Amino acid sequence: MNSETLNTLNSYSKNKYKYGFVTEIDNEKPKKGLNEETIKFISLKKNEPDWMLDWRLKAYSKWKKMKEPKWANLSFPEIDYQDIYYYSAPKGFEKKPKDLSEVDPKLIETYNKLGIPLEEQKVLAGVAVDVVFDSVSVATTYKGELEKLGIIFCSIGEAIQKHPDLIKKYLGSIIPPGDHSFSALNSAVFTDGSFVYIPEGVKCPMELSTYFRINAENTGQFERTLIIADKGSYVSYLEGCTAPKRDDNQLHAANVELIALEDAEIKYSTVQNWYPGDEDGKGGIYNFVTKRGLCAGRNSKISWTQVETGSAITWKYPSCILKGDNSIGEFYSVAITNNFQQADTGTKMTHIGKNTKSKIISKGISLGKSQNTYRGEVSFLRKAHKARNYTQCDSLLVGNQCGAHTVPYIDSKNNTAVIEHEASTSKINEDQLYYCRQRGLSHEEAVSLIVNGFCKQVLQELPMEFAVEAQKLVSISLEGSVG
Amino acid sequence: MFLEINDLSVKIENKNILKGLNLNINKGEVHAIMGPNGCGKSTLANVLAGKEDYEILNGRINFKGNNLFDLNIEERAQEGMFLAFQYPVEIPGVNITPFLHSAINSKRKRMNEEEIDNLSFAKLLKSKASDLGINIDMLKRSVNTGFSGGEKKRYEILQMSILNPDLAILDETDSGLDIDALKIVTDGVNKLKTKDNSYLIITHYQKLLDYIKPDYVHIMVNGSIVKSGGSEIAAEIEKDGFQKFQ
Repeated sequence: MNSETLNTLNSYSKNKYKYGFVTEIDNEKPKKGLNEETIKFISLKKNEPDWMLDWRLKAYSKWKKMKEPKWANLSFPEIDYQDIYYYSAPKGFEKKPKDLSEVDPKLIETYNKLGIPLEEQKVLAGVAVDVVFDSVSVATTYKGELEKLGIIFCSIGEAIQKHPDLIKKYLGSIIPPGDHSFSALNSAVFTDGSFVYIPEGVKCPMELSTYFRINAENTGQFERTLIIADKGSYVSYLEGCTAPKRDDNQLHAANVELIALEDAEIKYSTVQNWYPGDEDGKGGIYNFVTKRGLCAGRNSKISWTQVETGSAITWKYPSCILKGDNSIGEFYSVAITNNFQQADTGTKMTHIGKNTKSKIISKGISLGKSQNTYRGEVSFLRKAHKARNYTQCDSLLVGNQCGAHTVPYIDSKNNTAVIEHEASTSKINEDQLYYCRQRGLSHEEAVSLIVNGFCKQVLQELPMEFAVEAQKLVSISLEGSVG
Repeated sequence: MFLEINDLSVKIENKNILKGLNLNINKGEVHAIMGPNGCGKSTLANVLAGKEDYEILNGRINFKGNNLFDLNIEERAQEGMFLAFQYPVEIPGVNITPFLHSAINSKRKRMNEEEIDNLSFAKLLKSKASDLGINIDMLKRSVNTGFSGGEKKRYEILQMSILNPDLAILDETDSGLDIDALKIVTDGVNKLKTKDNSYLIITHYQKLLDYIKPDYVHIMVNGSIVKSGGSEIAAEIEKDGFQKFQ
């Protein structure tokens, strides 16, 4: 911060002081480092009950004894956990650009390419919006409609206050805090995220998205999301937004837990587009995400769809535990890495119940000097009679300096299990490029078209509106990589 | 002059393929090039289209007043050059409609014409397809993917009719076609022929020329044109083969 900014800030704080906001402002000051004080501070800020603070502190004591998982095909410098802020207040009024003219023009250009309306652009870029923003009222309307059906959709913080029974029962039940160091870290310091509960027999009539949650503006660095679909219910949840988000936080460690009871279905879609670092590999987000779903009841289904184009490092394995008989787990993934990005992503399908089925479709695209790894584990436990898995992993290489790796693990303790695995690695086909260009498309357009075609199987799993944006996003991620 | 090829010599991987080739094509003319396998016919088609694997040793090509070597593949296409491929490549997952829509708009952009919107384009595509007797269902599929040989060739002609080129090069379009498919394809070409566009038809067999009447026929042997004339030459080849030119 330069001295001028500091002066402005100081004068702002002083003015605020006059109006009695002093304690507020003092409390907003984040402290660096991870210790019990930090956790107490977060818990206090969020006005949490004691049991929640205890839960966090227990997770912290586990974390202290743990080491980061090291098996991924990733290389990055040691993370200094004491050099990180764990509570960033809702993006301060001090820092907000006043209008879009103060926002990086490159970012605006990207928003325009994605076809994002102006008002939305302001929210995404963190512009202070004083007037009532359309989607807020939209959100309120939706909220009313959802409440009528008994659907709970709120921030995890609000759920801790208002629905302690559900939180106590389910939080950490799928991803125990002690699972690995990133889950312990998240459990100790999570600050925001979503909570969804769909009551028995209710089919949620709209795609739920954080975008429609009123206080969605700041999703937090350590996101925690919990979705419960009660018997016979259905919900489709969209995480985040396809638009590139500006975020200066280096480390992200989100945890997402899904529970589908008997005959329930959860569809979870993500488009991840955090800052990937620059062309030389400087900067960018380290994204260590744990996502796990439990098909708890008979005939339940959980389906993960992800489009991963951002982050300097992606470490993410959305998984399904297929406990209920006849339950189904699905994983559809597109991971694009460019420049110096590294992605180690895939899934884990654990078949426990009879006749359980899982399907994995993974498409990895590597460009520039990036490394892209699919890592998946399919296991059949002793009682998983007649369980089936189908896995298809395709990798596409663009250029000579990138890498694609496929690491499938299969473990079967039941000899009635059926496993099919297909994998392919190909380079972008020169004949296809020639053909497209002969029709008048530029080299870049041709690559984008071919890559989008390669990903189609996954992109078509996304909800309609999302799919269109995701396609454009795929094209944008390829920019500057060819020619 | 519309297309003027002067003393063109080309090599690929240390092998000389074209050796001092000359060819002039005027607006509205249909030219056929016939020759035995390996004489350099397809190389000529690809060099015209701008494929980058070739090394130009000598010569000049002038197309519509431009030095062709100043333009890259897509610029040549946008300037009105179309190559109907001998083996059209499959592009899985890429639907024909947006593919051709982007193609026509990039051409219009270069010509400073207004871009065509989704709806008008869909209409145009449907009407062109029905003109050529192409089933609408084919438009729902990915580019060339899972097409039979005949379907691929018809699809090339459909693209040609949408892009409406000034110069269309048909590279052995007849290969692998049965008589019915050949008729559909050649009917299509005959419908598209006007006094403003030109055709360069590359073929091994005389059969194709029973359906498309060329104004000129050239015999190509060992990288250069050894004889030019009217359609009587094609009949000569049919009778005696290429032997006597080699």
